[in-house]
Amino acid sequence: MGLSIKHLLGLKGVSKEDISLILDTADSFYEVLQREIPLVPTLRGKTILNLFFENSTRTRMSFELAEKRLSANPLNFSSSTSSVAKGESLRDTMRNIEAMKIDMVVVRHSAAGAPHFLTRCTKAPIINAGDGLNEHPTQALLDMMTIRQRFKKLEGLKVAIIGDILHSRVARSNAWGMKTMGMDVVLCGPPTLLPQKPEALGVKVTDNIDEALRDANVVMLLRLQLERQGSGLFPSIREYRERYGLDLEKLKKLPDDIIIMHPGPINRGIELASNVADCEKSVILDQVTNGVAVRMAVLFLLGGGENG
Amino acid sequence: MKQIELLMDANAIDRALTRITHQILEKNQNLKKFGIVGMQTRGVYLAKRIAEKINSLEKTSFTAGVLDITMYRDDYRMALKQPKVKITNIPFDINGIDMVLVDDVLYTGRTVRAALDAITDFGRPKSIQLAVLVDRDYREMPIRADYVGMTINTRKNQEVALKVKEIDGEDSLWLIELEKGD
Repeated sequence: MGLSIKHLLGLKGVSKEDISLILDTADSFYEVLQREIPLVPTLRGKTILNLFFENSTRTRMSFELAEKRLSANPLNFSSSTSSVAKGESLRDTMRNIEAMKIDMVVVRHSAAGAPHFLTRCTKAPIINAGDGLNEHPTQALLDMMTIRQRFKKLEGLKVAIIGDILHSRVARSNAWGMKTMGMDVVLCGPPTLLPQKPEALGVKVTDNIDEALRDANVVMLLRLQLERQGSGLFPSIREYRERYGLDLEKLKKLPDDIIIMHPGPINRGIELASNVADCEKSVILDQVTNGVAVRMAVLFLLGGGENG
Repeated sequence: MKQIELLMDANAIDRALTRITHQILEKNQNLKKFGIVGMQTRGVYLAKRIAEKINSLEKTSFTAGVLDITMYRDDYRMALKQPKVKITNIPFDINGIDMVLVDDVLYTGRTVRAALDAITDFGRPKSIQLAVLVDRDYREMPIRADYVGMTINTRKNQEVALKVKEIDGEDSLWLIELEKGD
């Protein structure tokens, strides 16, 4: 009945049953969020550590809100104000935290595999909130929840993910998860921003946006990481926008029931034209609401029971 | 698990629900401020039938609400198996109404306690009454039902199980004996 996993480290290797259970549970928590008092006592007395070694506003806020809506006590840690700045190792940080009797840990780290490492330092369930260029599983889960809300199914739908695929843990988690759920995923971006070995992900990869968008039900734009400009990976923002940005003109050629997604924060006028981001096909704000529901579901499913 | 005794067949269940419906109407005169809510899973179907009976007697149009109390259980941290969260849907304002909460079996009273907590999060009804098809013993909390289909004495290794045609293909109520390994 429950999840077969003890931690949520990524969506690679997570079963269809587990993903479905998380999404079904998230639908129930979505209902809680619509109530006059959007609060349930489920995780009362549990302390959840939000361990953020990398800057994040929305993911950390979303997790903190999910924890509060479940009546847990969030404890926030950000590396810029902690002893990490004094040179403490990840293991020592974790052992100190373990001594404080934490029930669950949400971690974001710039190094891929940091959450996996933490599972060896503590007995508490670990939830990956983004590790380096590896995975960001709760983002992919909220994306799938949002798609399922619109289309009432996942299997057989085609999703085009467009942008800086190479540096996107969101694209990777979505590729793993959506493939497991029987969706057709195409990753698209400039050749320099595509993975070197796309076959490892097991999904289609192309630099031709028309091919990516053909028959798509969902188009997901990724944020162009402007700080990478000057790295020589793409010639200019103008050229990127013209080839890979979504504007009204490109949108007109797409099916009527297509939905537009973006994990945020948006560069308005670069990967996504402002009027497209705000049009009725955009489900970007639904993604934000669903993010809280999905995180409540993950915390609930990993945090219950003695073996939790 | 073995079924040892048929406690109620479809007719008996229907008669009990009809009687409960009349008792509810007798006690609740102001149907303008009234609502009925069934508890997941099988209480939902009983609530639906009571609502239909009220509607045909009183020419009203009540829809029974649905309440899942998984998030309010007090044994969440002890349970070995993770309970599945089901849908909650109360499509009317509960503030100021007389509310009838419907469940199939009243046993320890813990489910009802959780339901009362949950309802508080939706608003403040004027009153909450409890209707159950079966009242068996072994209460662990000071809770009682206002409307009861039948009362029976059971042993602790027994259970009472309701089948409803929407899920199980038939309406019947069974006394069940738990065996080792159940």
